[in-house]
Amino acid sequence: MDTPLDSNEALRAVTEGGYKFGFETDIEMDIAPVGLSADIVRLISARKNEPAWLLEWRLAAFATWQQMEQPKWANLAIPPIDLQALHYYAAPKKTAGPKSLDEVDPELLRTYEKLGIPLRERAILAGVEGAGERQVAVDAVFDSVSVATTFRETLAAAGVIFCPISEAVRSHPDLVRRYMGSVVPVSDNYFAALNSAVFSDGSFVFVPRGVKCPMELSTYFRINARNTGQFERTLIIAEDGASVSYLEGCTAPQRDENQLHAAVVELVALDDASIKYSTVQNWYPGDAEGRGGIYNFVTKRGACRGARSHISWTQVETGSAITWKYPSCLLIGEGSVGEFYSVAVTANHQQADTGTKMVHLAPNTRSTIVSKGISAGHSANTYRGQVHMGRKAAGARNHTQCDSLLIGDLCGAHTIPYIEVRNPSAKLEHEATTSKLSEDQLFYCRQRGLSAEDAVGMLVNGFCKDVLKELPMEFAVEAQKLLAVSLEGSVG
Amino acid sequence: MLEIRDLHATITTADGQTREILRGIDLSVPDGEIHAVMGPNGAGKSTLAHVLSGRDGYEVTAGSAMLDEQDLLAMAPEERAAAGVFLAFQYPVELPGVGNAHFLRTALNAQRRARGEAELDAVQFLKLARAEIKRLAMRDDMLKRQVNVGFSGGEKKRNEVLQMGLLRPRVAVLDETDSGLDIDALRIVAEGVNALRAPRFSALVITHYQRLLDYIVPDRVHVLAAGRIVRSGGPELARLLEAEGYAAIEQAA
Repeated sequence: MDTPLDSNEALRAVTEGGYKFGFETDIEMDIAPVGLSADIVRLISARKNEPAWLLEWRLAAFATWQQMEQPKWANLAIPPIDLQALHYYAAPKKTAGPKSLDEVDPELLRTYEKLGIPLRERAILAGVEGAGERQVAVDAVFDSVSVATTFRETLAAAGVIFCPISEAVRSHPDLVRRYMGSVVPVSDNYFAALNSAVFSDGSFVFVPRGVKCPMELSTYFRINARNTGQFERTLIIAEDGASVSYLEGCTAPQRDENQLHAAVVELVALDDASIKYSTVQNWYPGDAEGRGGIYNFVTKRGACRGARSHISWTQVETGSAITWKYPSCLLIGEGSVGEFYSVAVTANHQQADTGTKMVHLAPNTRSTIVSKGISAGHSANTYRGQVHMGRKAAGARNHTQCDSLLIGDLCGAHTIPYIEVRNPSAKLEHEATTSKLSEDQLFYCRQRGLSAEDAVGMLVNGFCKDVLKELPMEFAVEAQKLLAVSLEGSVG
Repeated sequence: MLEIRDLHATITTADGQTREILRGIDLSVPDGEIHAVMGPNGAGKSTLAHVLSGRDGYEVTAGSAMLDEQDLLAMAPEERAAAGVFLAFQYPVELPGVGNAHFLRTALNAQRRARGEAELDAVQFLKLARAEIKRLAMRDDMLKRQVNVGFSGGEKKRNEVLQMGLLRPRVAVLDETDSGLDIDALRIVAEGVNALRAPRFSALVITHYQRLLDYIVPDRVHVLAAGRIVRSGGPELARLLEAEGYAAIEQAA
């Protein structure tokens, strides 16, 4: 007689759970013709009523991109992507310039409701006992355009600008021109160049000198239209002494074919400024056999330009069929601090090659890297991290902690650190561990009454604790649930 | 009442051989009683504990194990736990990053949910846990620490007893809980078990040595050898074993 529920079976059930954001919204769309060309770039720019300088910038990026090739160095098996088969612009029709939420297509509002996004201006409960109420300003991006930004008046009173970048191009052209492309140059890499040519929308945040942003800012990205690439561009600037915390969440419908997502995020922190950027990435990861899912090729970089400035990246990556993402910090100001906290989960046939770059260019700069990789199913999970100590980085320090957790015996975990030191007084530490979620741990939990699912969730959350505690409260709760429920997107 | 009838179980060894470890166990533990199972190494003591709690890796080839009217062998480990089976592990497992209070509350509430009882909120749980900790003369920080991480051998066993006190099982199986304990820890563990004595609580104390039974005085003692109960008696049987060794008993059987 067999024991009633074999643990491996239970693990599989947990790790292959369904994706709960897989619905599609039926909405009238304004879609550009398929394909990529200078004309499409012009069309996008025209649709968005952009000034001439931005069209030129896009066309230059397009020309640069045409000279480039898709990089092959990542530990990823990327099927050929036919960029000419994609739409580069898709917008919900009725939302051309909504003045208020009442003008937004109700179908769209229902979509955001299903996603649990507090689009209406209201305080949301943090979902944690005793945490009280907190306010979060939300910018919602649906396919190519931003459909609603909340709390703008409250923020404006504090001097904070939070709006779709397409609007910032018109309302604050000087700021956009000064900073866009200054951290991630157009020619930085293949996907960044592509994004620069065809970026659709994204968020723009400007926090002026001395202002502490009075609430969390949040953007939700949703890919909906079929065969559409999504190319957001986010730009966050914190002037001297300013601080801001920004959250990003992502979902997509379930589809057989793959969809491309190639975003660029640029952060600029001046003297004593602080930017905290948190992501819970839950793009559709593909089905259990590896069909469909989002290809997520993202360039995220922050420049600590000012002395004692501080940029912190926290990411919980559970979705996407393929993830290629290295949120990085350029530590240019003396005594500036960069941090990277990451949980990357892969299940089924997902692949992730993710990590960070900490580039120390000034004295007494510090960086911390905590990476937790969790692999289940047939997935492959790679941490790739670079720590560079430049000639001027006297007294600079880095600590890297890299832990991998394997669930089952068909998955893989890899850790690839790159370390370059050009200053003899710089100090680096690198610790790495690999462990397996053991049958003993699972049985111990089940003997106390936990279901296999709850046991896996609890053990995985325990493994990720150091990273989850860096997330803002309401996101941490969401991320914990995400890890527990879907070790699919898994734990994701 | 826990009732085990003609229980047979095998394991498959690494080289693919099947070995029968339990070879027809008959054992009844009435409500309110504490029974000891003693026996030499390799007799099948830990296998009995594992089979009762539903651990992977054993095949039950014949027999039954019933708790009241419930067929334990047909249930998943967590269902057995909710039905009231508690296993105090010989080697408690470390759960890095998982807080002891969180773990215990989640476990307790999972069991309560399964039994259709109301869950405890954080405040109710803490009150209960603190009372239990006080009763067991443990330190409050036990709840704040990660489950068994960095615990000494004695602390791990005490944590097992704490969990048992909080979960209040119908039947507790203590798998060589005394191994590796100094005399003070042994006394605390024993007091923890004795304090649970109640008409609806029974325990199966599995041990190699008589020592633990100086502190937990069993109602019955069973000797397990080569996968069978070869002799049963009162507490005096344990002392006889201590004096004469298992060999004499096995020969006599």
